[in-house]
Amino acid sequence: MSLLMTFVVAVKALRRNAMRTALTALGMIIGVAAVIVMVAIGTGASASIQSQIQSAGSNIVMVTAGSGGFGPVRQGQGAVTTLTADDADAIRREVPGVRYISPGLNTRTQVVAPAGNWNTQVQGAGSDLAAIRSWPAQFGSFFTEEDVTAAHKVAVLGSVVRDQLFGVGADPTGEIVRIKNQPFQVIGVLTSKGQAAMGQDQDDTVIIPFTTVQKKLMGVQHVTNVTVSAENGVPLDTMTDEISALLRTRHKLQPGTDDDFLVRTLEEMASVLTSTTTTMTYLLAGIAAVSLIVGGIGIMNIMLVSVTERTREIGLRLAVGARDVDVLLQFLVESIVLSLAGGAIGIALGFGISYGVQRVMQWSAMVTPSAVAMSFGVAAAIGVFFGFYPARKAARLNPIDALRYE
Amino acid sequence: MSESVISVRDLTKTYDLGETQVQALRGVSLDVAPGEFVALTGPSGSGKSTFMHLLGCLDRPSGGHYFLNGRDVSTLSSRELARVRNTQIGFVFQGFNLLSRTSASENVELPLLYAGSVSAAERRQRATQALEAVGLGDRLGHHPNQLSGGQQQRVAIARALVNTPTLLLADEPTGNLDTKTSVEVMGIFQRLNIERGITIVLVTHEADIAEYGTRVVAFRDGLVRDDSAIEHRRIA
Repeated sequence: MSLLMTFVVAVKALRRNAMRTALTALGMIIGVAAVIVMVAIGTGASASIQSQIQSAGSNIVMVTAGSGGFGPVRQGQGAVTTLTADDADAIRREVPGVRYISPGLNTRTQVVAPAGNWNTQVQGAGSDLAAIRSWPAQFGSFFTEEDVTAAHKVAVLGSVVRDQLFGVGADPTGEIVRIKNQPFQVIGVLTSKGQAAMGQDQDDTVIIPFTTVQKKLMGVQHVTNVTVSAENGVPLDTMTDEISALLRTRHKLQPGTDDDFLVRTLEEMASVLTSTTTTMTYLLAGIAAVSLIVGGIGIMNIMLVSVTERTREIGLRLAVGARDVDVLLQFLVESIVLSLAGGAIGIALGFGISYGVQRVMQWSAMVTPSAVAMSFGVAAAIGVFFGFYPARKAARLNPIDALRYE
Repeated sequence: MSESVISVRDLTKTYDLGETQVQALRGVSLDVAPGEFVALTGPSGSGKSTFMHLLGCLDRPSGGHYFLNGRDVSTLSSRELARVRNTQIGFVFQGFNLLSRTSASENVELPLLYAGSVSAAERRQRATQALEAVGLGDRLGHHPNQLSGGQQQRVAIARALVNTPTLLLADEPTGNLDTKTSVEVMGIFQRLNIERGITIVLVTHEADIAEYGTRVVAFRDGLVRDDSAIEHRRIA
């Protein structure tokens, strides 16, 4: 029998038992939809992490003070005080391709305004930081190179700090806040950037010149990190290596000793996060795939019932000249049609649910073509796999036994 | 041998029922010439139905040879047997065995679906001709449950005819029909036999049905007990 006729016969047979067909397909529909939605949510999470990293700047190299120690005693990261603003100047002078650079030194303290107070992170930074992180001011402006050089007591507030100290949406430029009992003039408020990839609130911060932190707040000479942004097209690996070599020379480290600093790119951090979400996606998809297999078993069950019910029909078809392969194909095509129809509806349902999740729960969910193709392929494979045993059972029937079956 | 439609030599069939073995056929030899209308009779358990199934290539003999149109079909593969059933044999069953919820025309087309490349238009045309030949030209779209028993059996005969077989086998074709309808159905068989020269082998346990044929072969205990021509053939 031609494949087209086999297909027509299969569809007719399925329509004869519409209710049963629908319920059997439901197993596939739920399975495929579950896989699509789970993968969509996972992919959406990955993509939103990627875009947050992009917003933080994908061309950024972070230098942080490393762990130090004496002999066998190892201290924590940032404990060494060998990284200085001079190192940052040297990097700007000697490493090619540097666009912006900002030394950093952070402390956590109480910030006091006339109307309230708030415990937050006080970031000491260079004047390039706003450019590095592409972070425009909502009110006022970021501090300048001159403020850094002179260690002026000026502060730029993150939007959360502004909300806490001056009220939501207020413009506090020109007001005075006190940090460690010293007056700082507010010269700007930054636009809201939202949560960072790791979960901390990027807006819960006060940024002041790093020199001010060194001289007025902490009384130290070092910095804890240097943020470097590269010119477009400059390979970050090369820059990382050059910065490492430069700092080893400047810190007079002998060959064979450990670095007293750490140079990382945001892309490296991004890839760690992305691989975590990818693992989660696989996990979710794996759980969803279990329901696909259960759906497949449902198909096999119904096909076995169908073969038993139609034993006489099979006998008749064999008697009028059907070959065993014709009977095999008939039932196999029936099972594949069933699973593919279920798969197609499941994909549509998966699209719908993903869209709903995005709208209602504000999660980003992305249905990817590969997830659709994969689900459809898996549905077809399930049709073949779980349809084969019943179909073979039908094809192996002896014509006379099948005809006499009661 | 080549002039016989059916030529059977020492055909045996043994059913293995685990502990016991049942010898349904103990060595049957028989020749049927083209144009004959043979009635197989005998009590139940005599082996006539088993013999019929072997003639129809629905089952395989345990021993002996069966030549159909001069070709030994007892050694063919199941795929070749399917081809033989499709092209050389038409089978009519006691229980009609029509597909339910399927029109008369589509039921008759069924063997053509397995006959290789026959276009949909040709299938339709040949099914219509076959149904007209059994007097059901006006019932093409009817489903089996809309037809009487006699009409259903005539659809089944049309299905057996649609591939223009040389041999028509009927296993108690009137077993489920009343007397009047039985005569109608036998009339169709007789007309096909006389007008088209189709060789017919028919199983029946009713003596009067057997008399529509040209020859009666009586079975008993797996052997041919009697084989005689009918002198006064009934005409339906």
